[in-house]
Amino acid sequence: MSSSLVQPRKWEKFAWPLLTASVFLLFWYYAVRYSGSKIFPSPGDVWRGMLELARRGVLSGYITDSLRRVAFGYGTAVVLGIPFGLTLGWYPALSRVVNPVIQMMRPISPIAWIPLAIIWFGVGDSAAMYLIFLGAFFPIVVASANGVRNVPSMFRRAGRNFGLAPTQLLAKVVFPAALPQIIMGLRIALGIAWLVVVAAEMVAVDSGLGYLVIDARNSGKRYDLVVAAMLLIGGIGLALDIGFRRLEKVKSIRWGFRYEA
Amino acid sequence: MSQAATALTGRALKTKLRVEGIDMVFNRDGKTTSVLENINLDVADGEFLCILGPSGCGKSTLLNAIAGFLAPTGGRVTIDGEAVTGPDPRRIFVFQERGVFPWLTVEGNIGFGLFKVSREERERRIAHYIKLVGLQGFEKTYPQELSGGMKQRLEVARALAVNPDMLLLDEPFGALDSITRLIMRSELLRIWEAEKKTIIFVTHDIEEAVQLSDRVVVMSARPARIQQIVEIDIPHPRDISSPRYLELRDGIFEQIGLAHKV
Repeated sequence: MSSSLVQPRKWEKFAWPLLTASVFLLFWYYAVRYSGSKIFPSPGDVWRGMLELARRGVLSGYITDSLRRVAFGYGTAVVLGIPFGLTLGWYPALSRVVNPVIQMMRPISPIAWIPLAIIWFGVGDSAAMYLIFLGAFFPIVVASANGVRNVPSMFRRAGRNFGLAPTQLLAKVVFPAALPQIIMGLRIALGIAWLVVVAAEMVAVDSGLGYLVIDARNSGKRYDLVVAAMLLIGGIGLALDIGFRRLEKVKSIRWGFRYEA
Repeated sequence: MSQAATALTGRALKTKLRVEGIDMVFNRDGKTTSVLENINLDVADGEFLCILGPSGCGKSTLLNAIAGFLAPTGGRVTIDGEAVTGPDPRRIFVFQERGVFPWLTVEGNIGFGLFKVSREERERRIAHYIKLVGLQGFEKTYPQELSGGMKQRLEVARALAVNPDMLLLDEPFGALDSITRLIMRSELLRIWEAEKKTIIFVTHDIEEAVQLSDRVVVMSARPARIQQIVEIDIPHPRDISSPRYLELRDGIFEQIGLAHKV
């Protein structure tokens, strides 16, 4: 009982998630078995499917293709989105002009862009990367702009008091002060990018984990491979997020995250 | 009394800061509020001056005008005869709390304003001020791992490191517990003696004002006017149970209209 209040013990960190996973697998196994489903694969089928994919040599290729697309699309969104967001936060007048357009573009699912993306970029990598870019760009812009706007005026005043010119103030005070919020936006955007890559690969390309899902179904109704691909997508998504959370622990950043108070 | 004060401080001769007929009127939601009315004040070089007044009376506004963060609606502020038009590293503002940069270490904060000096000089000054405010051993520590009193000392060190003529402190110890506050007061006096800066210290704490300053400027409620200027002619370290101390303190209590009873 006390373990919920104090730091979890080392073994608990792994034991409880493992227990949940085992319960989930058991439930899955028996659900398939007792329902007598001919379509839905059991955990064993999925495991064998995964081994088959690995043996055929497509698995690592598909994973790297998906990751590469995310890296390019997301990378471009980061490189363009942060400066754009910082600029909007820095010049409130500009923000008032541009914000209506951003707020209207933001709720449009990147999936709705698929037809246009294919017209502009053809069926291929660039269309997929463009969709990922779109999905990641707006959250990054909004987080960066809000990050700048929320910098306490006290920090700006202190910076000006020490004689910083505006560009120095942006680099040495406003950016580091906004960084925790920017990082939070980057993390959300990475999650979205990973969602979008799967959707994009179902229509725009013929490789990657999204393609694997749709291809396994279309060529022979291999639902064991469909579920295997889904599990891989989930696992990699989790790994990306865990990797990102390490950033929040960096000492010059973690002051901005509440759980470290 | 003024004779005694001059003899006491010995340095309070040259005028450092002159506030001439400052008015401050704010326009908010179509309503105009007069915050400061015709403030006139001279502060001598090296003087420790407290501005005392009830919360929200406009004493922080006055300090912000002196710092150059706010332009007064009327009148002007001059420092060494030169009109104040904006913030300047020669006078550093110290905030009530959380003014230190949480993304920088203790060293990084103290070195923050030292981007124009050489690396050796920078390191020398960082080391000097870390020692002066007693933060040795915390050079690489981030502010969130420091106590409130340590953060406040860090901010004072960051201010002093750029070698300003004046420190403008806006209720710097307001967020600290009463024991830490007492320690910080004597620390500040020690630093003031060592560094010979002109200090303007805003507070709503009468005891604090009488313990620290050469003169206490008592402000009225909004719109703030100077109600009285009280010279504190007791040498440091001050005996806070001496008759003179109590007399001055109670005089201010009465001036503000508070009987000293709870």
